[in-house]
Amino acid sequence: MELAHGSILYLDGVTVSFDGFRALNELSFIVEPGEMRAIIGPNGAGKTTMMDVITGKTTPDHGEIYFNGEIDLTKLDEAAIAQLGIGRKFQKPTVFESQSVFDNLELALKDDRRVLPVLFSSLSQKQNERIDELLDTIRLTAQRHELAANLSHGQKQWLEIGMLLAQEPKLLLVDEPAAGMTDAETAETAILLKEIAKTKAVVVVEHDMVFVRDLDVKVSVLHEGSILAEGNMDEVSNDERVIEVYLGR
Amino acid sequence: MQRLITFFTCLFFLTVPVMSAKAQPVSNEPAPNGEATTNGAASELSAPKQELPALVEELKGKSTTKKIETIRAIAATKSMRAGPILEAYLNGKLFKKKTDGTIVIIQKDGQGLLLSDPYSGKSLGTSPKNKYKKIRVNNRLRGVIRSVLGSLQLRHPDRLKRLTAAAAMFKSHNPKSIPFLRSALKAETDEDVKKRMREALAAAQLSGTNAQAQMLAIKVLENRGDKPALTLLQSATRQGASAEVKERAETAVRRIEKTLAYWEIGQTIFYGLSLGSVLLLAAIGLDITFGVMGVINMAHGEMIMIGAYTTFVVQEVIRTTAPALFDISLLIALPLAFMIAGSIGVAMERGIIRFLYGRPLETLLATWGISLVLQQAVRSIFGPTNQEVGNPSWMSGSFELGQLVITNNRLWIMLFALAVLFALMAVLKYTSFGLRMRAVTQNRSMAGSMGIRTGWVDALTFGLGSGVAGIAGVALSQIDNVSPNLGQAYIVDSFMVVVFGGVGNLWGTLVGAVTLGVFNKFLEPAVGAVLGKILVLVLIILFIQKRPRGLFAQKGRTVEQ
Amino acid sequence: MRNSFLIKTLDKNSVLFLTILAIIAVLVPVANLVVPPESPFHLSTYWVVLLGKYLCYALLALAVDLVWGFAGILTLGHGAFFALGGYAMGMYLMRQIGARGVYGNPDLPDFMVFLNWSELPWFWRGFDMFPFAMLMVLFVPGLLAFAFGWFAFRSRVTGVYLSIITQALTYALMLAFFRNNMGFGGNNGLTDFKDILGFNLQSDATRSGLFVATVIALMLAFILSRAIIKSRFGKVLIGVRDAESRTRFLGYRVENYKLFVWTVSAMIAGVAGALYVPQVGIINPSEFAPANSIETVIWVAVGGRGTLIGPVIGAVLVNFAKTWFTGVLPEVWLFALGALFIFTTIFLPKGILGLLAKKNKKPKPAKPSDKPQPQPAE
Repeated sequence: MELAHGSILYLDGVTVSFDGFRALNELSFIVEPGEMRAIIGPNGAGKTTMMDVITGKTTPDHGEIYFNGEIDLTKLDEAAIAQLGIGRKFQKPTVFESQSVFDNLELALKDDRRVLPVLFSSLSQKQNERIDELLDTIRLTAQRHELAANLSHGQKQWLEIGMLLAQEPKLLLVDEPAAGMTDAETAETAILLKEIAKTKAVVVVEHDMVFVRDLDVKVSVLHEGSILAEGNMDEVSNDERVIEVYLGR
Repeated sequence: MQRLITFFTCLFFLTVPVMSAKAQPVSNEPAPNGEATTNGAASELSAPKQELPALVEELKGKSTTKKIETIRAIAATKSMRAGPILEAYLNGKLFKKKTDGTIVIIQKDGQGLLLSDPYSGKSLGTSPKNKYKKIRVNNRLRGVIRSVLGSLQLRHPDRLKRLTAAAAMFKSHNPKSIPFLRSALKAETDEDVKKRMREALAAAQLSGTNAQAQMLAIKVLENRGDKPALTLLQSATRQGASAEVKERAETAVRRIEKTLAYWEIGQTIFYGLSLGSVLLLAAIGLDITFGVMGVINMAHGEMIMIGAYTTFVVQEVIRTTAPALFDISLLIALPLAFMIAGSIGVAMERGIIRFLYGRPLETLLATWGISLVLQQAVRSIFGPTNQEVGNPSWMSGSFELGQLVITNNRLWIMLFALAVLFALMAVLKYTSFGLRMRAVTQNRSMAGSMGIRTGWVDALTFGLGSGVAGIAGVALSQIDNVSPNLGQAYIVDSFMVVVFGGVGNLWGTLVGAVTLGVFNKFLEPAVGAVLGKILVLVLIILFIQKRPRGLFAQKGRTVEQ
Repeated sequence: MRNSFLIKTLDKNSVLFLTILAIIAVLVPVANLVVPPESPFHLSTYWVVLLGKYLCYALLALAVDLVWGFAGILTLGHGAFFALGGYAMGMYLMRQIGARGVYGNPDLPDFMVFLNWSELPWFWRGFDMFPFAMLMVLFVPGLLAFAFGWFAFRSRVTGVYLSIITQALTYALMLAFFRNNMGFGGNNGLTDFKDILGFNLQSDATRSGLFVATVIALMLAFILSRAIIKSRFGKVLIGVRDAESRTRFLGYRVENYKLFVWTVSAMIAGVAGALYVPQVGIINPSEFAPANSIETVIWVAVGGRGTLIGPVIGAVLVNFAKTWFTGVLPEVWLFALGALFIFTTIFLPKGILGLLAKKNKKPKPAKPSDKPQPQPAE
């Protein structure tokens, strides 16, 4: 608990098992405020489960998770954690397909989330401007009235990132943002994320090594549910254990 | 403690049809007169003893004392006709002709009277009323006739008749029959009959006044240990000859009550298992289709209905062409029902359901539509009324196991449900089709890329599930009304079983079905059948809230949405 | 401000729809009461009652569309709320009979006298007052829906699981209401009503009045539903339908949203039932039959799920077809209905309105996609 003080995200000894299989095994790491962290790891290393545990979708068997050094996330559900300021982007872009880009952003906008206020809410001038700003950031101004279903794969990824930004989170969890993107889109995404990281803490889970290298941040290697190595990209890519895990034994 | 063990041993053997205790539930009513006279006539008639007609003539007299002697004398003739005549007399069916006093037995038949000769049992045609006068009988005579008749039957060459007589005497427990029972016991060789006679003797002795005999009788009755014995002993606690007897009777009553309580639980469990096996049969097929495809087949109940109608058609054909085959009609119906319901299942999947994958709710609606069509089709062909499906001889009847009454059809259905379950498990586990099916369940796209034709696996899975529902229908035709609505009753129940047990887990389905069945039957006496059903539904709804994936949920991220 | 709210709520089609309803509300009573019987424009009372019945069904379909079309909750048990509303109204009508029953008991309805009951059960108290009964029409279905939804949505029961337990709910209620000692007339239900608010139920004027009341209720329910759907709440709801976990991770408590719309929908269904009972003159436990609830769903599907207008059209069309078939070819009706289920789900996933929209090449927003719903990645 004292150790958690001053960090934005603090995991200690987090364990999750499904039918005896340990998806997370005594996972511990700390993310500082404003830090951007990349997490890499082979398939089945527990990346998605880690995201689930932080966002409240899965409750850990044991272990501690603290947000902002003081809030115990294991006691909260998804909605409460999201309202605290933790945004999550899925691996497969998940947006509201049958609604317009504008509506998607409106829904994500930081505001009162309770039923009755939402029922009687309407957009203020300021909120409208904020949406315009976001549309500009994610380069979708021209598509603002387009249904989300009609966007390209890359555009959906951006829309989802835009929705996360609209939430004004303190911490962003981003799952494989470059998956399925063209090289040009990947590069632009890296720029976008770096821009975001200026004001918020970001945790990026990624397979694409080129992309991670582009980000140029501290990297944690996840393997069999715990952290195998930590450091900058060059350090971890020279780590023998990491090489063994990635290239097979 | 020992009784407990005995009880559980009995339970254990429930699944083995132990037929040793063959005693049929005894009818304590005197056999209907007509039956006795007509059935017995041809075979049992030997030359009537000379004195029988003369003795019967004496019954026309007035003195009751004299008549009692006569009745005893009639019994003493040992004539085959003595029984029927006395029985007729007992029931007020012995008449004399007003004109010449000829004695006849009269059976009322609608408007007219059916006459028969008392000495030969032969029919004498009909006659209008008021030509005959009833030979009077009073209550005192009736008592005498009853005990005399009982003792007559106790010596009957037919073993079953003797058993019935012993049971009747047990029920009447008249101390006057003690001598008859004693002498009959001496002559008796059959162990079963002997046992019944001893019990009847004990019952008679307990109603007597001899304290010593009563003490012995209590022991015999305690060993018998059933409800009638309990009733006798209970009255002995009040009317025993001595304080000692009363006390002894009380101990016996307590013991029997305790044992009977266990037996009653056992009986409830049997009913519960029986209901559970029905639920299991209905749910197995649904578990397969729901487990593999994640869609609820709302026409599942109609597959059961089609299985039941297949049985009906098979039996109709057999009735008209080869009645001898009736006993194996179910065996013929089983594969046919599987084929018919299975092919309808495959056709449904290929023709409709495969266009709806990924849209489980729409599939639910479409299959509901199919169920309406199937129901109406059956209604148009066979009519809306219940159809008569017969029980083969080996499915009908019942036997007693200790104090349990076990009906053969329910027992067979239990065994059959287990057989279907295990056969299905074997198919899934050991055949290549089963392997493919499990592969598709676990990871559809991976299975597809391994070269498994997922489309055909889906179709065959659906066919298998439907086919199993079809054979369930064959079994259920034996205990349920076969009508076009047969299936509707099962869809919610089967779904509850599947959800309760955990989707895609046949063991879970078994446990779910048995638990629900037994639970239901224990709840029923407490709150009534309807309220019991409602309670079970409510409890399951609450249970789904607590464990949305059932008792035996598959955990892990693959099943999360 | 008020104007902008209305503009936001009602688009061109909605206004057209409401206008048509208003015209019907005027024309039908006029054609029945004012136009002389020998005129070709006269509408017989039989048709007034029949149309009133259809519109009650339409109101029920609207309620189902609100939860299925917009929140993705396929309910197979809305008939339960409909019937409960109907029973609440039936109890009021029963008390209005007073001493005019067969047994002439001023307090107890006939069936209670028949069962040798000596006093009115506590839950029948107050139903002699119209405002109280109307409150119950909303409150009872609403409370049941709230209690049920509170459990179901909190534990995240979704999809076919939820559908089947809604079916079990109405099935259980049906069994319960069949029991005589429940105090709702058992098998026979409540019937032999005499008058409502002092108006004779058999008179043409009362029947026309009930018809107009039904149309007004339908219009109000439509405007309410539109208002809900067009608010940000509605957008959240559609979000829940299309990508539930995305909505959750945006910080919305999905269960509360579902619970709210579910309860509102149940109340609308209750109102539909309450209007239905005085028009058909009877309410009995068969209204709880699961088959009825499923049939309601097909009205919605035929008209066009998630359109609010479609279900109204669907309910009227399907029920008109049912009346026609059961009159002319009774055996064929179930075949036709079954085929309708299959045909609609496979070939007409967006219903009649969807088909019309496609013809007009006007892409309509806020429609459920017919593609497999996007699954959030793990």
